Amino acid sequence: MQTANLLIVLLILSAVAYYMARSRSVAQAQSLGGIRHLHSLPFFYGMRAAIWCALPSLLLLVAWLLFDEPIISSFLISGLPESLQPTSAAEHNLLLNSIENIASGALSAEASEPALVAAAESLRGLRSTGANLVTAAVLSLSVLGMGWGWVKVSPILRARQQVERVFRGILLSCACVAIFTTLGILLSVLFESFRFFQAVPATEFLFGTEWSPQMAIRSDQVGSSGSFGAIPLFVGTLLISFIAMVVAVPVGLMSAIYLAEYASPRMRGFAKPTLEVLAGIPTVVYGFFAALTVAPFIRQTGEGFGLQVSSESALAAGLVMGVMIIPFISSLADDVINAVPQSLRDGSLGLGATRSETIKKVIFPAALPGIVGGVLLAVSRAIGETMIVVMAAGLAAKMTANPLDTVTTVTVQIVTLLVGDQEFDSPKTLAAFALGLMLFVVTLVLNFVALRVVKKYREQYD
Amino acid sequence: MTDLNKSRAERIQSSLAKRYRAEKRFQMYGYAAIAFGLLCVVILFTDIISKGYKAFGQTYIQLEVTYDASTLGITDVNDSQQLALADFHGIVKKALKSRFADVSGRKAKRDLYGLISNGAGYTLRDRLVANPELLNQTETLWLVADDDIDTYYKSIGSDAGAFTGRMSEQRQGWVDQLVESNDVEMRVNRNFFTKGDSREPELAGIRGAAMGSLFTLIITLGLSFPIGVAAAVYLEEFAPRNRWTDLIEVNINNLAAVPSIIFGLLGLAIFINFFHVPRSVPVVGGLVLTLMTLPTIIISSRAAIKAVPPSIRDAAIGVGASPMQVVLHHVLPLAMPGMLTGAIIGMAQALGETAPLLMIGMVAFIVDVPGGFTDPATVLPVQIFLWADSPERAFVEKTSAAIMVLLAFLILMNTLAVVLRKRLERRW
Repeated sequence: MQTANLLIVLLILSAVAYYMARSRSVAQAQSLGGIRHLHSLPFFYGMRAAIWCALPSLLLLVAWLLFDEPIISSFLISGLPESLQPTSAAEHNLLLNSIENIASGALSAEASEPALVAAAESLRGLRSTGANLVTAAVLSLSVLGMGWGWVKVSPILRARQQVERVFRGILLSCACVAIFTTLGILLSVLFESFRFFQAVPATEFLFGTEWSPQMAIRSDQVGSSGSFGAIPLFVGTLLISFIAMVVAVPVGLMSAIYLAEYASPRMRGFAKPTLEVLAGIPTVVYGFFAALTVAPFIRQTGEGFGLQVSSESALAAGLVMGVMIIPFISSLADDVINAVPQSLRDGSLGLGATRSETIKKVIFPAALPGIVGGVLLAVSRAIGETMIVVMAAGLAAKMTANPLDTVTTVTVQIVTLLVGDQEFDSPKTLAAFALGLMLFVVTLVLNFVALRVVKKYREQYD
Repeated sequence: MTDLNKSRAERIQSSLAKRYRAEKRFQMYGYAAIAFGLLCVVILFTDIISKGYKAFGQTYIQLEVTYDASTLGITDVNDSQQLALADFHGIVKKALKSRFADVSGRKAKRDLYGLISNGAGYTLRDRLVANPELLNQTETLWLVADDDIDTYYKSIGSDAGAFTGRMSEQRQGWVDQLVESNDVEMRVNRNFFTKGDSREPELAGIRGAAMGSLFTLIITLGLSFPIGVAAAVYLEEFAPRNRWTDLIEVNINNLAAVPSIIFGLLGLAIFINFFHVPRSVPVVGGLVLTLMTLPTIIISSRAAIKAVPPSIRDAAIGVGASPMQVVLHHVLPLAMPGMLTGAIIGMAQALGETAPLLMIGMVAFIVDVPGGFTDPATVLPVQIFLWADSPERAFVEKTSAAIMVLLAFLILMNTLAVVLRKRLERRW
């Protein structure tokens, strides 16, 4: 039976279990003189039976879906004759693929090895037996659970406590998804990076100054030496992030100050949401804008001054990224400035300071830790930003501080290395995961520091 | 004493003008910053709209077409096999040749045949299938023009002058001739809303990408909303204060700030390489976006749950409700508007996300409109990315138009969130 159908059947079965156990509890209560003689409400008896019916069989189904392929393929391989046994992981995959193709009819059976044809036969057999077995097991488990739920109904059964325990367990496992996500990220990135560092030494990756991730497919191939020095990428990333910050920090900060301290409520009501529109625009739109409008504009202007401007200049990508980050900084700064106690403002104004003096000498120092935290968060966002740089920055890894030149960034390289079909064994693909690891670690540290700074500051006035 | 006082007062007096100037200057900086931000919004929108609005129109050319059986190479109109192989482009060529009889030379002829889109043949086939009696008849039809012609025709009379690009003088002459005889017309570009992707700009549409986005978002919402709400309920209502809970919280806060591309790496390594889920399908996209939007949804749901006053919980417990009943009967219904608002904002974020989907192969060139969760698909922002990379000039306006559609959806979702918050939110 198909998984979707099986799920529907399970749903129906548990609904049946719910009604049967519920009516049994009501019937039992009738003889005692009303449901107040039951330990729990009939709803809980029903739910208990439904959980017994659905939960164990669902777990079984999920386990099967996760592990059916490895189990079947290990059966297949062990069934092959000695001469065909794979010696490496690549051969193993190749063998499985050809068996798969014979089984699906993509590869003609006549032209293939008889042992493989037999294996393909048994693959089809195993698949259908496996599916039948699982369907049978899941259904019988759920019927058993239903029966168990029904049999156990009695006025003294503590059904509510049991149901609530399961409910809490489900909530807890949902909360743990966050932990599993972090673990998943760490494991996948670390594992692939580890494989990468086996091929390329970590010192070469971290301190090398040449980046050209072309691996030779044949040993005599020309021009594909493959060098994985990531310094040019880090320089490029920092350059573009720096340009973005030069735009975003002053503009974001000043607009936050203006909105918090000067603007009339009407102006605030209009300007704040309009600025936030910038935060809601997808980054691919900014990328398009940077590549098709800003970059040609900068190029033309630069050539007007007799400057050499690359058509994929770091300046274009950085400027547009800065615009994207403005609302981020301004809303964070707005929050911290508003959190500065009014008494500080009143005290300063009462001493005769003008508003700008109050802001510069009193509010800004008081809000500084929060603002620094906000800027750090913005930096981490700029470093991890992908689409703008993929569309507007170049691919050439150059070590330059010239904003009019082409640079490339960590995220651009991850995308170019991984888009399309790739073999997962070549250092070229694995390099993307090493870059991802760097990106993850750097943004994590930045976020951690930023959150600490912000938190520490908040405690001062609470 | 008085002398000193006076001089201090004087000093203050004399510095006042300078201080007020500084005050004015400072205020101007703030004003300039706001103005810059607003200007960026205006420039961005006018740029996109001015580039893209023309994509909603499409140039059509009127031609007299003869469904000539010998040119088509068919004998029976009802034989679908024959129709599939029939040379419908041939009759378009013939029609063009008869319209411009004086054209000779191979290159000129190729130029001439390029006036009409390659897709015109399919239009003719559909017409013939629907009306078999048209065989060997002649009718006058409006056919989709090629993208070069389309771009040229749209730019006639613009400030920058007509965009000629790949158009030879001769082709321009033909178009001008057609314009003079009123055989060129702008019509609403229906292909754009009903077709999937295509290499031919005049045939490319966003229907495929929009459906892909829809399927991906359904998966994302269906997974991230229940899981996010459950996690928020656990953390706010049940979690004991201990290391484990702290770990979960730190994790959620960090995940909210992890660059989206990292989620793409996760999807690639775990879902595709480990679990062998097929590439390019909405299911994987939805899973990756679920993990990405989960922190947003958890954080906003927690805020909504926190806003429910404790007195409600106390009252419910006081009349004998169990913890689960307190949550299900009282806290969740009261927090629902806030949680829905958070979910919509999370969905808007997911709708605009591109980078992680590039990693899991949703960048493939897919012509068919996906019909389900496991059909290869692409999504709106990725479609924008793909079109932005295409060299044809006509794709620039398509890209802008697709951006307009995407932004319209985003504005719609955000407006919905604001309205929902205004209508349903309760102040305690």
